[in-house]
Formats: sequence, structure tokens, C-alpha cells
Amino acid sequence: MDALTDNLDLILKGFLETLKLLLSSGLLALALGTLIGVFRLSPVPILRGVAVAYVTIFRNTPLLVLILLTYYGLPQLGIDFGFFWNITLAMGFYTASFVSEAIRSGVNGIPLGQAEAARSIGMPFGMTMTQVLLPQAFRLVVPPLASVFIALTKNTSLAAGFGIAEATFRLKGLLNDHATERVTIFVGIAIGYIIIVELISFGAHLFERKYAVTR
Amino acid sequence: MKFTTTRSRRARWAAVAATAVLALSACGSAGEDSSGDDDVDVSSNAASSFEDGTRMKELAEAGTVKIGVKFDQPGVGFKAAGSKTPTGFDPEMGKVIAGKLGISPDKIEWVETISDNREPFLQKGTVDFVLASYSITDERRQVVGQAGPYYVTGQSLLVAADDDSIKGPEDLKGKKVCSVTGSTSIKTVEEEFGAQPAGFDTYSECVEQLKNGSVDAVTTDGAILLGYAAEAPDQLKVVGEPFSEERYGIGYSKDSPELCEFLNDTLTESFDGGEWKKAFDATLGKSGNEAPETPTLDPCS
Repeated sequence: MDALTDNLDLILKGFLETLKLLLSSGLLALALGTLIGVFRLSPVPILRGVAVAYVTIFRNTPLLVLILLTYYGLPQLGIDFGFFWNITLAMGFYTASFVSEAIRSGVNGIPLGQAEAARSIGMPFGMTMTQVLLPQAFRLVVPPLASVFIALTKNTSLAAGFGIAEATFRLKGLLNDHATERVTIFVGIAIGYIIIVELISFGAHLFERKYAVTR
Repeated sequence: MKFTTTRSRRARWAAVAATAVLALSACGSAGEDSSGDDDVDVSSNAASSFEDGTRMKELAEAGTVKIGVKFDQPGVGFKAAGSKTPTGFDPEMGKVIAGKLGISPDKIEWVETISDNREPFLQKGTVDFVLASYSITDERRQVVGQAGPYYVTGQSLLVAADDDSIKGPEDLKGKKVCSVTGSTSIKTVEEEFGAQPAGFDTYSECVEQLKNGSVDAVTTDGAILLGYAAEAPDQLKVVGEPFSEERYGIGYSKDSPELCEFLNDTLTESFDGGEWKKAFDATLGKSGNEAPETPTLDPCS
């Protein structure tokens, strides 16, 4: 246990960095993913095409490949935002493709009559989306979105090998320094991740109960 | 007419077969040549000189040994793309040890060990020895055996050749400093000198980020950094005095404590017999460094 208790400050620092990464890439994924999801449902063919292309590219590319692209590809083109934002970009763009698919499934889950009713009283597409469909869709897709963000939480551990001193980075450091307490260290760091994931699912659960769509 | 056709066809087949045989024999002799170049003494009938039941006897009788080395540290342990065997000071010392067991260099199985898996590899028997810039520490000695040291170096800094802002570890406050994730070096610069740690999986990636300007310095043992500086002298330089003492040891499994005496004897012989200096001059010495004094070995307890 000494390895964990003596280095608690470092471990907390690591998890703070993990949370920062989760928050920044999560927000990016949510914003971008919603936008792409709306594009996917829009009546404009070009926007639909863009959305399909986006989802196909980013959902099918391994996250590690995207990270390597932002770390070694972008700087070649003269674009470099620094380690933190480069990896946020890769994780945000990757996760956005899953968010957009979740949103799309949510909108598809709303009875067609609602969109027809909105259109029949003269609402344009944007208004139908923001006033009628999206608010209901978000409530429907809380469970799949929670899964997406749980996956993102675990994906942030890839950052350990890319200049970010997050929790997995601290794990590796501790393993190297305390060869006798490997199991304790693994368990300790795993519990940290479990706490974050449990918080996400607890939040999702509360949200679902409070704003459940009743039919 | 028909007869001659068959004959010429047969002749052609014979020619093909002869070429194949020649090609094969050429391969064979090439292999022998490369092992001859290594110039390491291989004891003949080494197995008989070890007592029954010792790990040395087992290895000598098996005629093969698995040695864990780094593949990404020029001068220390490095495997070039497409090359079959690693080069560097650590592999050279590995050959010396194998030679003492009666095992020629071409019978050594080189296994890549990264910093994280050195202890597990020794404990599980994935490798028999680890020579991988493996610093001796009390913590590690509780789980694996470490004989030596066979080389003493210290943590240094590699910076861009045109960077005058970093002259030593005191200038690192708030600077982004790269090293391998999990290494002791990265911990030292963070905790003692207030640097911002940036971890990558290999030193090569760190050097890449330094060349990009994404990090301000790369830190690890001076031996490794000198190797990189020697590869790109107009882009990179090593600055300041070493600010730690790293004593490289040879890792072995705790299940065979008898290996310690054997390794220490082998190291002493290589110190006295000049094999150690030869290994240094052929690898780390290439960056212009003189071979240092031979280190004093820790006694086997």
C-alpha cells in the first residue's frame, strides 16, 4: 500500500489530467457529434453526404491511428496545437462519430408524427430539430451516450504514451519504481478509473429518471 | 529430336539445381562470417566446467540463451530496421556472457525488453538475462537478481543545438521535458527540478518531438543521449553535467542465485582481459568518449 499512499499526490494529479482530457474531448465530441447527427438527418443532400463520410472515416479508423496522425501528420503540415490539444482533437473527432450515430438513432426513435406535426404548422427544419426532435432525442439516447463516454474515459489512457501525464502515465511510473507492489498499484489505479466510470453511469441514471420520456 | 529436347531440359534443371545449391551454401558461409566477425571468446565444452544442477550448466547444455536488450537506444542497445541482431554496448556484453557459457553469438536469442517488462520477463523466464540499460536499485533487487554494475552513467539533458536557455537541470522549471513513460529520469526532472513531464513510449519518439520543437529537452542516461547527439550533431547537443548516478546491472532470475557469482566472475574477467574495453570502444566509444574506469562490482550476498 505504501506505493499508493506515498504517491497519492501524483496519482491525483494524474487523474486530474485524465478528467481534463475527458472533459475537453467529451465536450468537443458532444458538440461536433450533435452537429454531424443533424447533418445526417437534414434535407440537404450535401450535408447528408458530409455526415456519412465523416462517420465512415472516423468510426472505422482506430483511435491510435488518429492520434498518430495528429502527432506526426499535422505538425508536418505546420499545424501543431501542443500535446494536450492534439490528443483532444483526435479523441474528440473519433468519439463524435459515435455520438452522432447515437443522436441519429434517438431522433429515429421519435414517432414520425411529431416531425410531420411540426412541419404542418410551418416550422422550418432547424426549428423542428431544436424545438421538437433534439430535446426528445437527447433523453432517449442517454444510455448509449453514457456508454460512449465510458469508452472515451478508458480511451484517454492512450495519452500516456503521447506526452500527457495522466493516470496511466502515473501507473507506469509507479510500476517502474515499486517493483514489489505491482498488483497493489494496478488495483489502485483501476479503482480510480472505476470511480470515474461509475460517476458517469450514476449521472446518466439520474438524468434518465428525471427527464424520462413518457409515452 | 525428341531425345535432345529432353536432354536439354534435364540440363536446364541441373543448372537450376546447381544455382540453388550455390545460393544456399552462400547463405551458410555468410552466416559463419558474421559470427566470426564478432570476435568474442566462446569457451569450448563449457558445460563440463559448471556444477550439476546450476542454471549455468542448464544453459550451457541447452546451447542457447535468451537475452533481453533494448532495441531503441543507439550505442547502448539498438536494432536497425531490417537487421536481425541488435548492436550496442549491452548486446556486446551479452555476447561475452554467452561466450563464457560456451554459446556462440549466433545462438543467442535477442528479446526486446522495454523498461516496463524487464522484471516480469525475468520472473516468467521469457528471458534468461536482461542487459537493457537496467539501473541497479534496492527495490528491483527485491524481486530480481542484479549483478554488476558493468557500466556507470548519469542522467543528462539533450536539447536543440541552437537552444541556449537550458544549460543544466536547474533551468528546467516549467519546461517540457520528454522521456520514456514510467522511467526514473522523467520522475527526477519533475520532482526535483519542476519540469513538466512529457512521456512517450520510446526515446526515438522523444527525439522526434525535440526536433519538432514540441518539447524543450529529452532526458535519460547520458550514454543513450550521446548516441542520439552523435547521429544528428548539427540539430542536437548534450548539455551540463550528469545529475544522477545510474549503475547498469545484469538482471537474472532470483530462482537461480548461483548466477550472481558467475556473472561477477565473467565481468571481472572481461574487465581484466580487455573484452569490456573492446565492447565499449566498438559502441559507445564511437561518439568520441574514452572508456571510463572499470566499475567496482557489488558483492553477491
